Amino acid sequence: MSRIAKRFARLKADKRAGLVTYVTAGDPNLDVSYQILKGLPAAGADLIELGMPFTDPMADGPSIQLAGQRALKAGITVDATFDMVRRFRKETGDNDTPILLMGYYNLVYQRGPERFCKDAAAAGVDGFILVDLPPEEADELKPYAVAAGIDTVLLTAPTTDDERLPAVLKYSSGFVYFVSVLGITGTSSATEEAVRTHVERIKRHTELPIGVGFGIRTPDQAAAIARHADAAVVGSAIVERVKAGLDDHGKAKPDLVPGVFAYIKALADGVRGVRKA
Amino acid sequence: MPSAPNSFRTGPDERGHFGIFGGRYVAETLMPLILELEKAYNDAKADPSFQNELDYLLEHYAGRPSPLYFAKRLTEKLGGAKIYFKRDELNHTGSHKINNVLGQVLMAKRMGKTRVIAETGAGQHGVATATACALFDIPCVVFMGAVDVERQAPNVVRMNMLGAEVRAVTAGSATLKDAMNEALRDWVATCENTFYCIGTVAGPHPYPAMVRDFQCVIGNETRVQMMKAEGRLPDTLVACIGGGSNAMGLFHPFLDDKGVRLVGVEAGGKGVETGEHAASLTGGRPGVLHGNRTYLLQDEEGQITEAHSISAGLDYPGIGPEHSWLKEMGRIEYVSATDAEALAAFQMLCKLEGIIPALEPAHALGHVIKLAPTLPKDNLLVMNLCGRGDKDVFAVAERLGMKI
Repeated sequence: MSRIAKRFARLKADKRAGLVTYVTAGDPNLDVSYQILKGLPAAGADLIELGMPFTDPMADGPSIQLAGQRALKAGITVDATFDMVRRFRKETGDNDTPILLMGYYNLVYQRGPERFCKDAAAAGVDGFILVDLPPEEADELKPYAVAAGIDTVLLTAPTTDDERLPAVLKYSSGFVYFVSVLGITGTSSATEEAVRTHVERIKRHTELPIGVGFGIRTPDQAAAIARHADAAVVGSAIVERVKAGLDDHGKAKPDLVPGVFAYIKALADGVRGVRKA
Repeated sequence: MPSAPNSFRTGPDERGHFGIFGGRYVAETLMPLILELEKAYNDAKADPSFQNELDYLLEHYAGRPSPLYFAKRLTEKLGGAKIYFKRDELNHTGSHKINNVLGQVLMAKRMGKTRVIAETGAGQHGVATATACALFDIPCVVFMGAVDVERQAPNVVRMNMLGAEVRAVTAGSATLKDAMNEALRDWVATCENTFYCIGTVAGPHPYPAMVRDFQCVIGNETRVQMMKAEGRLPDTLVACIGGGSNAMGLFHPFLDDKGVRLVGVEAGGKGVETGEHAASLTGGRPGVLHGNRTYLLQDEEGQITEAHSISAGLDYPGIGPEHSWLKEMGRIEYVSATDAEALAAFQMLCKLEGIIPALEPAHALGHVIKLAPTLPKDNLLVMNLCGRGDKDVFAVAERLGMKI
C-alpha cells in the first residue's frame, strides 16, 4: 500500500477529510522553503504537494506564477527539489506524510520519464500531479511510475464528463484531483453545491479518494469541501502567505514561516471540524 | 534516423502525433474542448459548404490568389537562381495570417462560440483575427507581450480600431510565448463560450494540422502559378519560420515532390553561436510546451529560455511539431539568418523591387541572398513574401539611425 493510500485509509478511520497543502519548492529561497516543508505536517497538512517551478506555468494564476519566479531566481532545480524531500524524510523521520510533486511535464521529459520516476522514488516522493499530461499522453510516464511505486494523480475538471471520466481514472492512482472551477489556480471558487454534485458523480466511477482544489482560501471554504470530498487542496492562498512574509527587497521576514503555519493550522481546524460518516 | 514514409503528407496520426512530435499536452479542463474541436474540424472538412464559404472569403475578402511575381532586378543582382516571390503580403491585413484566421473564425461560428481569443507576436495574427471578428461580429481579445506592444505599436492601433481588445502581457519575457501562456490561461476559464484562434502550426492537436490545412492554399496556388509561368514545378522553396505557418503552407503541398528543395529560415538573432537567437531547430532540442512536443530553446533541466530576434513574429522559443518531424526525417533543410542579415535584406528589397517586406520574410530573403548566387540560373526559386513591412518601418528606421 502506498503512503498516499495509507494516509487516506487513516483519514477514513479517523472519520475526517484531509488537508492537502501546496507550496512551491524553493520559494522564497531554498532554506526557508525547506523550513516550511519540514513544518507542514505539524501545522496540519495531511498530504503535501511540492510545486516544481517552471518558466511557463500555463495553468497557474499570478500567485503561483510569482512563487515559481521567486524560486527559479533563488536557484531551485529538480535535484534540489528531490534533495528537499530526501532531507525531509531523513531529518523529520516522517515516513507517513505523502509528498507529491506538482508541475509541468517538460521537466520530467528532459530528465527522462524512467530516470525521473526512479530519482523521485529514491528521494521519498510518493506521487506526481502533472498539469499538462492528460490521459491521452500519460502512457509515456505511467509504466515507469508504476515500476517506481509512484502514484499518478490525474486532474479531472467540470468539463470531464461521464463519458470521459473512465479514461482519466484508468491512469489515476492515489487519489483523484477534482479541479472545481474552470480556470487557473488561485482565482474563483466553486459553490458547495457544485462541488457536491461533481464529487458524487466522480464517486460513481471510482473507489479512489477525491481531493478538491482551486480557489479554496478560508477555513470555512475548506470545511465546506471537507463535507463532500476526501480532501481539500489549498495552494495559491498559502503561497500568498509566503509572499506576504517578504520585505520590500524580497527577503524573508522573521514572521514568514510562523505566518504560513498559522494559516495552515486555521485551514486544518476547518477541515478537522467536519465529522465524516 | 527513422526511415522515410511513402508520403510525408499523411500526418498526424489519430492522436495528433508526427513521429514523436505533436500530441495534446494540455490541462484536463481543455481536453474535452480540444476533442470537440477535432470532431468539429473533421466534420467541416467533409462539408463542402464550409470549404465553399472559406474559398469565397479567401477570394473576395482576402484577395486570393496572391500573385507569384518574378523578381527580375533581384535575380539579376544576385546572379543565380530565378527568384519568384509568392506575394502573400498583398493579402488583406498584410500577411498570410488571414488565410488561417478566416478558416478558424468560420470554425468558431460553426461551433457556436461567442468569443474569440488569440495570441500575437508581431501583431499580424492579432490584426487578422481582429479583422475576421469584426467581419463576423464576434468579440475578440488579443494577448500580446508588452515588449511586442511597444515594438509593433502600429498593429496595436489597428487591432483597437477593428474593435478588438488588446491585453498586454507582462509575465515572463513579455513576448510571444508569454502571450500564448496568457491566452491558454484565459481559455481554460472561458472554454465553454470561447474559441482560441491559434496563429501558427503549433499548440495541441488538432491545431498544427488545422492551421497547416488552412495555410496550404499558399503552396497549392504556387504549384498552379509556377506551372503556368514556367511549365514545371519550382526547384527551391524558401520561407521564414517562427512557429512555421507560412513555411508549412508553402512547403506542405510539395513535400512528396522529391525534386523540390525546401529551406526553412529561422531567426538567428545576434547569431546562433551567441545564444541570443530564436532558432529552435538549430539550437534547441525536443521538449513539451504549449500543448505539443517539439524542438524548444531550453536549459539542461527543461526550463524554457528566452528567444531573441529583431522580428517579433519569429521571437518564439518553439516551432510547430510537424517541422520538428520533417527536420528529423531530413525532408526540409533548416537554416538561420541573423538580425543584421534580415535588416540588409529588408533594405535591399525596398530599393531593388519597391517592396517593403515585413522583418519576418526579410529573414527568408537574408538566406536567399546567400543561397541564390550558388544556384544555376535555371533554378526556379520561390520565396514566400509572407508579410508587408508597414508595421516595421519605425523600428527599422530607429535601428538604422534614420530620423523620423
